[in-house]
Amino acid sequence: MSVGNGRRVAIVAGCRTPFAKAGTVFRDLSAVELAKYATRELLARTEIDPHLVDQVVFGQVVPSILAPNVAREVSLLPQFPRTIPAHTLNRACASSNQAIAEAHDQIALGQADVVIAGGTETLSDIPILHSRRFSTLLVEAGKAKTIASRLAVLFRVRPRDLVPVTPAIAEPSTGMTMGQAAEKMAKENGVSREAQDRVALRSHQLAAQGTADGRLTAEIAPVFVPPRYDETVTSDNGIRADTSLDQLAKLRPAFDRRYGSVTAGNSSPLTDGAAAVLLMSEDAARAHGYAPLATIRSYAVAAVDPGDQLLMGPAYAVPRALERAGITWKDLGLIEMHEAFAAQVLSNAQAFESRSWAEQHLGRSEPVGAVNWDIVNVMGGSLAIGHPFGATGARITTTLANEMRRRSVEFGLISVCAQGGMGFAMVLEVAR
Amino acid sequence: MSAHAFHVTVTGGVTIVTFDLPGEPVNKFSRVVKDEFAALVTQFEHDAAVRAVVLVSGKRDTFIAGADIDEFVALKTVEEATELSRGGQRFLDAIAAFPKPFVAAIHGACLGGGLELALACHYRIATDHPKTVLALPEVQLGVIPGAGGCNRLPRTVGLRAALEMILSGKNIRASKALKMGLVDELVPPAILRDVAVAAAQRLAGGERSRRSGRGGLAGWFFDRSAPGRALVLRRARAMTRKRTRGHYPAPLAALDAVGHSLAHGMERGLSREAELFGEMAHSEVSRRLVEVFFATAALKKDLGVPAPAPEPAPVERLGILGAGFMGSGIAAMAAIHGDVPVRMRDAELPRVGKGIKAVADIIQERVRRRSATRLEGARQLALISGATDYSGFHHVDLAIEAVFEDLGVKQAVLRDVESVAKPDCIFASNTSTIPIGRIAEASRHPETVVGMHFFSPVQRMPLLEVIAAERTAPRTIVTAVAFGRRLGKTVIVVRDRPGFFVNRILMPYLNEAGRLLTEGVPIEALDRAMTAWGFPVGPITLLDEIGLDVAVKAGAVMREAFGERLAPAADIAALVKEGRLGRKNGRGFLRYRGGRKAGVDPTAYGVLGVAPGRAPAAEVLAERMASIMLNEAARALEEGVVRSPRDGDIGAIFGIGFPPFRGGPFRALDSMGPAKAVEILERLAGDCGDRFVPAPILADLARRGGRFYPSDS
Repeated sequence: MSVGNGRRVAIVAGCRTPFAKAGTVFRDLSAVELAKYATRELLARTEIDPHLVDQVVFGQVVPSILAPNVAREVSLLPQFPRTIPAHTLNRACASSNQAIAEAHDQIALGQADVVIAGGTETLSDIPILHSRRFSTLLVEAGKAKTIASRLAVLFRVRPRDLVPVTPAIAEPSTGMTMGQAAEKMAKENGVSREAQDRVALRSHQLAAQGTADGRLTAEIAPVFVPPRYDETVTSDNGIRADTSLDQLAKLRPAFDRRYGSVTAGNSSPLTDGAAAVLLMSEDAARAHGYAPLATIRSYAVAAVDPGDQLLMGPAYAVPRALERAGITWKDLGLIEMHEAFAAQVLSNAQAFESRSWAEQHLGRSEPVGAVNWDIVNVMGGSLAIGHPFGATGARITTTLANEMRRRSVEFGLISVCAQGGMGFAMVLEVAR
Repeated sequence: MSAHAFHVTVTGGVTIVTFDLPGEPVNKFSRVVKDEFAALVTQFEHDAAVRAVVLVSGKRDTFIAGADIDEFVALKTVEEATELSRGGQRFLDAIAAFPKPFVAAIHGACLGGGLELALACHYRIATDHPKTVLALPEVQLGVIPGAGGCNRLPRTVGLRAALEMILSGKNIRASKALKMGLVDELVPPAILRDVAVAAAQRLAGGERSRRSGRGGLAGWFFDRSAPGRALVLRRARAMTRKRTRGHYPAPLAALDAVGHSLAHGMERGLSREAELFGEMAHSEVSRRLVEVFFATAALKKDLGVPAPAPEPAPVERLGILGAGFMGSGIAAMAAIHGDVPVRMRDAELPRVGKGIKAVADIIQERVRRRSATRLEGARQLALISGATDYSGFHHVDLAIEAVFEDLGVKQAVLRDVESVAKPDCIFASNTSTIPIGRIAEASRHPETVVGMHFFSPVQRMPLLEVIAAERTAPRTIVTAVAFGRRLGKTVIVVRDRPGFFVNRILMPYLNEAGRLLTEGVPIEALDRAMTAWGFPVGPITLLDEIGLDVAVKAGAVMREAFGERLAPAADIAALVKEGRLGRKNGRGFLRYRGGRKAGVDPTAYGVLGVAPGRAPAAEVLAERMASIMLNEAARALEEGVVRSPRDGDIGAIFGIGFPPFRGGPFRALDSMGPAKAVEILERLAGDCGDRFVPAPILADLARRGGRFYPSDS
């Protein structure tokens, strides 16, 4: 069964670039290039006939002014016919989850049989803006009819107009940055510094293990970095196998120097990367000879007041998705929870486990469920692997689907918090 | 032919003549076509309703491809050829002097006689389409533009630009044609006809086309002043002499015609042009070049198997094994010309990365040279991906291996591919020395195994040998041939004998050079003898280019297969032992500085244990080296290594730079006469050894007074 009365949708395969800390190995690549790289390798590995692909959907949070519809650039890869419609969407950090949900809907409704969904982000190549006054003067100068009047306009430019405007990762509605929001959640929910550092340590250790044993690298397309191609990136470069609680404890709080507990060590880093997932109707997968990794059982989105606890969205989305799936927390064999901040992970977990929270916010008498950490982020999470906003959802979906197959798990859960107080959850089911 | 080549319609008072040669894919000018057009022109002159004429093509992507070559091949005497040129000139003079304006509306290729016609028109409009190119390629066939081209082009675009076009014969893109003043306007194809009609109306209304001198003071001096022109012509003559080494008279004749026209005016210029055209058209060189042209054209239609040839299988995905120099070269050609996704596989990721970099370099070089736009380059590069496993190989239609030259390695790779690929996947080996049949022994379906011998560097060498082993299926052969052609290669199908064809005839030639070296002939003398004979580089330089280690290996294989006749004489292995691998590591017979040749390395003699002495005459040296190659070519033909003298000639010209003006080994033997060739070989066999004993087929032809190309004698 599936959401509504639609057809069952299969996750056939996923593939991604390594995730690299912003300003490192991928500093010269654009989000479009990363997205194309991941998709091209997905095509090569699955050997899908590109003519079968009905749509391409990608998520990106900070789009490039030069290629605002990155999905269309991907669908214009020379491997594809030029006639595949494509669109790009933005649900903040859950953007590629949303792209996968969109693919699911299109397939379930019979609008498509085969869709490639993914996400991409580079924080090495973010748009730096001019001041509003400088832009206005430039526009005015462009419209001037004579050279003299053009010069006259340009003479009005003052040095302070030339200071570039760098977009901050802040809530437009509250002006609060993500880090400040995480700090607020840590304080209000009583999450200790040590508990946060333990989550971070666990993430690095498990990610290092997943890299060493090849489970994480299996989903990664090695990137030969242009223009010199002398560097081959095969794994995520933010994972620190050798970090320790002591080292993490030494870091100073980044957002509240005096009373804070959120540090660079227990926050996800700015990251470059892209990921793509191949989805098909179960029938199409069978017809074309593919064995799906998993099928999509349900999904749900939710939003909270950004002025309240900003990253609490998953606590609302998860119970909704479970309800739609017709299963309970206890049925879950694996959970992939996006780690924006350790404080957010622990706050979400607290909410899942709290009866009073369930009573107050969900109007339920029972809590969502107790968190069994043995099945959560078994190959680490965004704290270690990194978090290219647009790409994380597709990365998590791929990781979960692959691991469900490895462990023969029946149900898996995805939980992602996103800017704007939003949350996303999806339940995957073993493919039959 | 009764059907008309021209259709006349009238729009807005303008007469539109559509050239659409019946039954032909492109428009060509022949005497019949010219007469039909001339009759129309006479009719237009007396028809008051005709105010102006627009000439367009009815063919999809050609305007006029040039003169009908068959017609000029049939010419028997210089006088006939001169008269043909005269006739064309008179006809175009009539158009140029026509009282009503003629507008050429050019979309697609506008070549040779087609461009000469356009030059005689009063106004030229070209489309901005990539298929629209203009050129005077006559010198490539050993003749000169003979319908006024040598006279009108310098007057239209200036002396320097005209010489560049006439001497190189190269295509000019429409955008450049506009810049240099060759055409008056550039428009999108969709509005070509309308703009041409409007231009014709304007010209009929008395407006003159404004064409001013270009290039400022320097332009005036070099293109229009007498001393400047003399200077330009003198320099062009010197450069052309150096480039053609006295083997190709046509470019010099073209210079003569252009110079004469500018010095003495159109009338005398045209008659000189016709005279020179006559001489060139009747020359042996032109004969040979035209034969090569026809042979190449015929090869393009030949799938290399007896009729009825099966349909080539479509190649939509390509796998490459081995991301080295050859592998990445082939991958680049597949992306650039084949527009096909390529998966490269090599044992280690850094090697794959290096291969992708090599592909990127080839593509970027094309972008730099403007052979491709930046966006085209990006698209081509996006077709390439690579891995260390066989992911991506399950659905490839063709896998080409370019791994280490070792039977075991190649067989292992073949087994790997067959274990993952679909059963009808074709496996092609890029070996140069290993028999395809041996590699195929490891195959579960040897009918899908074939050889595709590319030459290095792949992006520059135009030839591909497709090797059909005993058990290779015809469909496999035609697929390899068709794919090679898609990559822009000239393809010959050869039998699976050691060395195939090209290396088979190359090795005895290089061996003979080595033998002469051991006899004390200096390296420079050997190279000079063969460049004077017409090769682009001499044998010793070529050895360095090939790589001395490769040459040693190939030499051993050939000796093992063919015995003493192909035994290497010089101890090149000693050079290899010294670490001299040739150009690739900057040390061989020659020295290299910064990747460029820097003269002979005299220490090479010592390593070989020889002392350079005095050199015999170049002709003596060339006779020995060329004869042994020609003789081996005859043997190869006899053994069925090439299917025909035509394939052998094309293989030698495109594979090793055999002088085109000699037409290839078999044409060369035919022009000297098999009897004469046998006589030379027998003398050399007496003087130098049994390796010169004439091939039986050659001796037989000599006895019977036959030729390799009996039909054209």
